[in-house]
Amino acid sequence: MAENTADQSESALSFHPMDQFIVKPLFGGDTIHWYTPTNVTLWMFLAIAGISALLVLGTRGRAMVPTRVQSVAELAYGFVYKMVEDVAGKDGVKYFPYIMTLFMFIVFSNFLGLIPTAFTTTSHIAVTAVMAMAVFLTVTILGFVLHGVSFIKLFWISSAPLVLRPILALIEVISYFVRPLSHSIRLAGNMMAGHAVIKVFAAFAAITAIAPLSIAAITAIYALEVLVSFIQAYVFAILTCVYLKDALHPHH
Amino acid sequence: MEGDIVQMGAYIGAGLACTGMGGAAVGVGHVVGNFLSGALRNPSAAGGQTATMFIGIAFAEALGIFSFLVALLLMFAV
Repeated sequence: MAENTADQSESALSFHPMDQFIVKPLFGGDTIHWYTPTNVTLWMFLAIAGISALLVLGTRGRAMVPTRVQSVAELAYGFVYKMVEDVAGKDGVKYFPYIMTLFMFIVFSNFLGLIPTAFTTTSHIAVTAVMAMAVFLTVTILGFVLHGVSFIKLFWISSAPLVLRPILALIEVISYFVRPLSHSIRLAGNMMAGHAVIKVFAAFAAITAIAPLSIAAITAIYALEVLVSFIQAYVFAILTCVYLKDALHPHH
Repeated sequence: MEGDIVQMGAYIGAGLACTGMGGAAVGVGHVVGNFLSGALRNPSAAGGQTATMFIGIAFAEALGIFSFLVALLLMFAV
């Protein structure tokens, strides 16, 4: 269906806005195996290389008066640490490395994806779903390991009136199991939608009469996307903290 | 012919699904607006509540993203 619409509107739109999300092998060929280096793996690798450069090489000096790179690394560390401590509580700090890893990976993937012609790995639900499922399974298993069967009490809100409790329990169960879905689609959907909107406005730039307007719109949306990239990484990390808090303290 | 009608239905459905985003916009605006009106009354307490605001935004936004997903599925998957 995507090809049809692209062909029909050839004159106005020379490319399809969703074309940028196609996974392509890097070195020729069309078949993709699990080991094929594709543009997804390339940009994931670049994200990890960037994180390593910032956090490992940047803080190698351990200077008392930090260099510019080191102070950025310290800022990121302090930001995530404070977030975990505030939202998940003191005993959630044990799981800080996991949340730091998630946050840094998402923030780097999002920002690298903003480079023109780059590939946004977090715009694929396959990528974000793996991260969200990992968070969901971690939190659920952690809850059962720490509290045993009484973790189920998470769904039984003892502060509510007795009549309402079964209904609330049903809603709580549904909202608990929809978490991995909303967690992954929020990130992927935001990144995909933003990049697609930029491409749609880029197509209008081909029409001379509205080209300046279109370029101004691209610039404005790009600025918004820089903000959204950070906020979505923040939201993903903070929701992980919220879920973690539920696992650590299931009693409302 | 029948395929055309199905495709038309899918496109109309995708357009209708996008109206759900308006609801999410109202929700997010409501969250931030109320946060701001509270924050301006008591600015010293506002800093500690920004995280809560973002959690509220995220929950309100999730439902708008679901409607976006439905639109995408109708456009490309059906």
